[in-house]
Amino acid sequence: MADQIPLVDYLVLGDSPHLVANECTNCGARYFDRRNACASCSGLTFTKADIVTDGEVRAFTIVTPWVPGAAPYVPAVVDCGGTSVRANIVNTEPDAEHVTLGMKVRLTTFPIGTDTAGTEAINYGFEPAN
Amino acid sequence: MANDDIWILGINMTKFGKHPNEDVVDLASEATLAALADAGVTMADMGILAAGNLMGAAAGIGQQLQKQVGQTGIPVFNVANACATGATAIRTVIMAIKAGECDMGLAVGVEKLSGAGMLGAGMGPAASDEWTPSGRLGAVSGLEGKLGTDMMPGVFAQVGMEYGHKYGGTSFELFARISAKNHSNSTLNPLAAIQKDMTFEQIMAEPMIAYPNTRAMCSANSDGAAAAVLVSGEKLRTLSKEQQRRAVKVSASVLTSDPYEEGCQILPNVNTLTRNAARQAYELAGIGPEDLDLVELHDCFATAELVHYDNLMLCPEGGAVDFFESGAPFRTGSTPVNVSGGLESKGHPIAATGIANIWEICHHLRGEAGPRQIEGAKVGLAHVIGLGSACGVHILEKSGL
Ligand SMILES: [Zn+2]
Repeated sequence: MADQIPLVDYLVLGDSPHLVANECTNCGARYFDRRNACASCSGLTFTKADIVTDGEVRAFTIVTPWVPGAAPYVPAVVDCGGTSVRANIVNTEPDAEHVTLGMKVRLTTFPIGTDTAGTEAINYGFEPAN
Repeated sequence: MANDDIWILGINMTKFGKHPNEDVVDLASEATLAALADAGVTMADMGILAAGNLMGAAAGIGQQLQKQVGQTGIPVFNVANACATGATAIRTVIMAIKAGECDMGLAVGVEKLSGAGMLGAGMGPAASDEWTPSGRLGAVSGLEGKLGTDMMPGVFAQVGMEYGHKYGGTSFELFARISAKNHSNSTLNPLAAIQKDMTFEQIMAEPMIAYPNTRAMCSANSDGAAAAVLVSGEKLRTLSKEQQRRAVKVSASVLTSDPYEEGCQILPNVNTLTRNAARQAYELAGIGPEDLDLVELHDCFATAELVHYDNLMLCPEGGAVDFFESGAPFRTGSTPVNVSGGLESKGHPIAATGIANIWEICHHLRGEAGPRQIEGAKVGLAHVIGLGSACGVHILEKSGL
């Protein structure tokens, strides 16, 4: 199998792919980016917190790309056990009949390309749970 | 008029739309000279200039403007605060007057945007032969379209959808009907970039940009400028009766940023900072939402207008859909919203917007709004929000003279 690299460093690959957040040890606020301090309490220490892989669609849109012929994509905010996650909804038709508010979804991963060294980049999205 | 009251002495907005033959300095100069003439004063009377041009924030629009209309040596504050840049310029001048640094000042916002396309795309790192993590997320590629969207239409679409998820009652058609209200209002505003009445069916049939916002439900990228002359109550008393009569009282001027809440770094939360600004403004002015004769709020997208009915407390919490369905925000309703046509048709030259919405309110309070005049308007509210985020709320009152 080719080497793999996640699209973003908070995506953990392997047998059970999942997201990992930087959690403030003082107030519990969770972030996916590199932190200087906590935006909620200004705390300076963080621990890693695994994010549950199933969730519920709290908001979505369906973007028509400017590139002619490119497929619409479905940015969404997914509530994963109380932590908001940003992703696209995938593996379903990109329309308002197939994607709905409150829809139950689960994390899935997929390759988005291979570089000259043969390394495959892996992205994540959320697909309908049912 | 109390000594420490702040008043708008003169204000102007240019025609919004395409200005191919004028640069940002031309547009800023046009609005400035007209605002000074409206105020009956000159650059020599100004003690401070705050100016914004978001797309050229490094160029120093304030000093460029002075080079054309009057280099009087006064302090210049070039401000940039996303779509709240114009309101920030006004807020800056007000703070200087309140601090006693001067008794009169000028705020200017200008933008050239026509043909700019969608704003806010995060293009991410440049393509490389090998995946190389970079940035705060360690991303090996640009994320737009791969992990959600940073484009404004998609961000604000989700803002409206999130409201629908929380309270119910929203639909594609509802957002289109909100947009139709504003497009209808624009037919009475000769300074609007687009003056075209559209039915909600026509709006729904427009090209989809980011569901549920079609093209007609997105603010129109346009060129334009707006400028305001502000004065202390103490100074205003020394001016003519006519200047005092046309002056508009700034009963509240508030600027907020977004406080931390869960999820606010995933999808910008445009609600809490607006609610906070509104609450502070109502308290400062001693005025409640029920007292407002008209509201200009930041309908950068039709989805945004809905949530701000609630955020500005024009309706009970969760009641924005009912508020719209009741007819309240229509011209003929109890709280007319965006009688200018709103950003969806008037246009949204970013840094000008936060002054132009105040101009619209002043126009009505002075009884000078012509065919679109809200009869007997005595108090109005202007709201603007810039993603990032910054929110400006101004409550304005007609002169008692
Ligand atoms: Zn914290």
